[in-house]
Amino acid sequence: MGTTASQLGKDLLSEYQELTFLTKQEILLAHKRFTELLSKEDKALPNPRIPMQSILTLPELKSNPFRKRICHVFSTSDMKDGSLTFEDFLDLLSAFSDSATLEIKSHYAFRIFDFDDDGTLDVGDLEKLVNCLTGETDDTRLTPDEMRQLINNILEESDIDKDGTVNLSEFQHVISRSPDFVSSFKIVL
Amino acid sequence: MRRRRRKMKTKMRPPGHAGEETEGGGPRHVMAMRTRIVKTILRRGSGEQPRGRKEARIRTAGMRKEARERSVEGKTRKTARARKEMPRGRTLGRTRGRTVTRRRRRVAGISSDSGSNAEEEESMSEGEMAALMEEVEEKKKLIANMRNKPWRMRRKLTHLKEAQQFVDKFEGALGKGKGRKWYAYKVMMTKKWIKFQRDFENFRTACIPWERKIKEVESHFGSSVASYFIFLRWMYGMNLVLFGFTFGLVVIPEVLMGLPYGSIPRKTVPRDEQDTAQDYSVLMDFNGYCKYSVLFYGYYNDERTIGLLKFRLPLSYLMVGIGTFGYSLMVVIRTMAKNADVGGGDGEDGEFTFSWKMFTSWDYLIGNAETADNKYASITTSFKESIVDEQENQKDENIHLRRFLRVLANVMITCSLGGSGYLIYFVVKRSQEFATRDDLSWYEKNELEIIMSLLGLVCPPLFETIAELEDYHPRIALKWQLGRIFALFLGNLYTFLFALFDEVNSKLEEEESIKNASYAAALQYAYNFSLTTNDSSATPPPMDPRDVIRGPCWETAVGIEFVKLTVSDIQVTYLTILIGDFARALIVRFLNYCWCWDLEAGFPSYAEFDISGNVLGLVFNQGMIWMGAFYAPGLVGINVLRLLTSMYYQCWAVMSTNVPHERVFKASKSNNFYMGLLLLILFLSLLPVVYTIMTLPPSFDCGPFSGKQKMFDVIIETIDLDLPAFMGTLFSYAANPGLIIPAVLLMVLAIYYLKSTSEAYSNANLELKKKMQMARDEEKNRRNNTDSTNQVMKDLEDLLPNRSLIPPQISKGGKGVNLQKDVSLASANPNAGGPVNRPPGPRGPGGPGAGPGRGRERGGPPPR
Repeated sequence: MGTTASQLGKDLLSEYQELTFLTKQEILLAHKRFTELLSKEDKALPNPRIPMQSILTLPELKSNPFRKRICHVFSTSDMKDGSLTFEDFLDLLSAFSDSATLEIKSHYAFRIFDFDDDGTLDVGDLEKLVNCLTGETDDTRLTPDEMRQLINNILEESDIDKDGTVNLSEFQHVISRSPDFVSSFKIVL
Repeated sequence: MRRRRRKMKTKMRPPGHAGEETEGGGPRHVMAMRTRIVKTILRRGSGEQPRGRKEARIRTAGMRKEARERSVEGKTRKTARARKEMPRGRTLGRTRGRTVTRRRRRVAGISSDSGSNAEEEESMSEGEMAALMEEVEEKKKLIANMRNKPWRMRRKLTHLKEAQQFVDKFEGALGKGKGRKWYAYKVMMTKKWIKFQRDFENFRTACIPWERKIKEVESHFGSSVASYFIFLRWMYGMNLVLFGFTFGLVVIPEVLMGLPYGSIPRKTVPRDEQDTAQDYSVLMDFNGYCKYSVLFYGYYNDERTIGLLKFRLPLSYLMVGIGTFGYSLMVVIRTMAKNADVGGGDGEDGEFTFSWKMFTSWDYLIGNAETADNKYASITTSFKESIVDEQENQKDENIHLRRFLRVLANVMITCSLGGSGYLIYFVVKRSQEFATRDDLSWYEKNELEIIMSLLGLVCPPLFETIAELEDYHPRIALKWQLGRIFALFLGNLYTFLFALFDEVNSKLEEEESIKNASYAAALQYAYNFSLTTNDSSATPPPMDPRDVIRGPCWETAVGIEFVKLTVSDIQVTYLTILIGDFARALIVRFLNYCWCWDLEAGFPSYAEFDISGNVLGLVFNQGMIWMGAFYAPGLVGINVLRLLTSMYYQCWAVMSTNVPHERVFKASKSNNFYMGLLLLILFLSLLPVVYTIMTLPPSFDCGPFSGKQKMFDVIIETIDLDLPAFMGTLFSYAANPGLIIPAVLLMVLAIYYLKSTSEAYSNANLELKKKMQMARDEEKNRRNNTDSTNQVMKDLEDLLPNRSLIPPQISKGGKGVNLQKDVSLASANPNAGGPVNRPPGPRGPGGPGAGPGRGRERGGPPPR
């Protein structure tokens, strides 16, 4: 523990605490896990990135259907390859932490669900979302008819301005009334 | 000169970025800056100094205004602009260059101003000070809110550093003369306090035990199973406090300062029991040495004070007994209120069924492939279910059948509840008969415990099977199941208690006769003694404590009953886990290699974790503890041990032998249902204990209250003997019915008043919600086509990887100045956009909004 603390630096650590919803222990743990995922040669770099493939091996993300989206959303990589720096990783953990506010959680949830990154959830996004939620196997898939019905219902409920898509504010409006979004939108290391 | 310059700098306050330092900004910086400033002044020469006062003033004012503007828009604007110019590039060099220029200009301002009069500056500085203060406050707010912003860490870091620097720099500058020092001190203390708070928070989270274990369980089994373990941990915490009270104030003082074992009759095993007192079977029944130990009520002496410290043990005993209930009530109610507070903002059900299923049904904590598969399946089913529901909507033809089935199920369950209640009553009656005989088989001795444990084993699965008929959502089904098993346990508990009261009454009668007998025996002993010694005046040596005739000591008997019940409950619970879960898992796992059908997927399969049974077991057990703790102080210790072991044991069992539920469902947000059950059982267990304390006479020869008419006489005695006389009269007035009845009336009135005000508030809330919604709709209609960009959209745009897909309005309407202004307002002053940009309250379907303006309703992250 002592070594990780010194690696992170006291100032940085307290700044991270200020900027995230994580406690000191959580940040240190995150750092530990992060360095474990780093390969040998990456460790020498000043600001190393973990490729998405190794992020996805984390048990916390392994069986999450949105794991790739999560990496993409939190990645600052210019290559759009979903690789994460430690700060990205902290951003991720902070948004998914226990004490993060509904505001921030819903913001990131929206971006995760926005598969084509165009700022709204359109029919294509919703379809992909349903497919993610129902899993890959055929017996859990919905039929096209059911899918249409489902998406119509969703748009009817939450598309307030009737433009055929769900935008961020509509999304946040829906989410903010949900009884258990905050408690389930959590990832803990 | 230097002093003067410093003063000026303070007032000059070109806020933000460039170089001027004051006391706030760390000594090194100050020195560096000072030299820099001096150099600048020297370089510029004295040419500017003789300038007219007026001119200088105007210039200063101008500078100041500019500087303030700059600071408000601050870095945000800069970065925004920088970003705009070079998308996604870091433009550090450029920024730095800008800062340098600005600094030079400002330094020039200072040097030009240095010729002006100090008095005038004093007069100017009032408003500035306020503005500066406000700005510092804003920055502080920004720092506090930073984590609420969905920005990249890099951006947050730069903002944080900047804001922090600003605050550091100018915080100390506020206030004048002595006030300034005080202010700086205050600021420093606040900082220290915040740091301390954070450390303390860290420490506290580090102190919460089993966080890891529970998270692990949660990720495998979903939040519903984890809710049980969280409840268990909460229970452990509460019991630890109770344990602290009981042992610290009753048991340990008695052990340390009270009379030792064997000194008086109540602390000695009687002669006729002595031969068997160490037998294993006797000890397991908590007779023999156990019965005459510190674990039970009877052991305590009625001496008013014990030891050198004059510890008032009987008083302390009573107070701890009452305090246990007081503390438990307080904690339970406070936790409930806290949970209710969290769950306050629930929307109406049914408004967003589909959207919620879609957007919130995934439990991100699931980290296990098997659970994930279950979750996929359950989500699909729920989608399909709700689609079917939607299709059928109102024409549910089976509604009658379903109603019929639910009624049928309830009738069946009521019948079995009544049956089991009667069975227990019957068994208790029988056991009283058995108690008078001594030719008992092992079964007859333990009939009561066996029957109760059997009922606890058989009934819950039975209820679960019957509940299948009802076809509720599992979360609701769990509540029903909890309620029913609770009723079963309650029935058990209460029949048990009534039986116990019968026993107590018979013991009380028995006691009367024994009291006379023991008195006669004592007389006889004295008479014999005087006969043998032929000296009537000599006092006889005290009788051997083993030979003294004792009363039945009903309190200890009650205590033993509770302890026995608790221990047998522990045994049954642990054995059930071992056999029902572990052995089953072993058989399924290993016999599967050589079996005709697939054991894992087929009939026996692995067990699921039984949430309802475990929660109720815990609640019921706690009720026993509350009731029994007064008669058996050791019970609390046993319970703490039980909770501790069961935490580890059950965590292990659930992880190694159970499989996740077929329909993984989320626990409701708060544990308030569990807490409600706990509160109910707390009230129920409060009743008998208070009844015994208030009405039944304590045994004459055992326990801390022996020799008194009623247990609470101890308090009266203390008031009379230890407190000054006027307190006694005060208490006697307070106990006057003439005073109590008005007090009760007053309380009732207060409750009525509070209730009506809270109703009025909730009505007002409703009205406000409606108003907000109306205002929102109006607002939306008005702004349909306006092109203001707000912070949320800005952030989103900033973070989207493929910027080419951004809706056109941003680039189309991007009048640079407006955009930046909006951004800066939102970041620097969260209040500025208040009424317009606040997040919406609840709202129904909005009016028709037009395309280009969508996504703008919501403002920046609210100040929090």
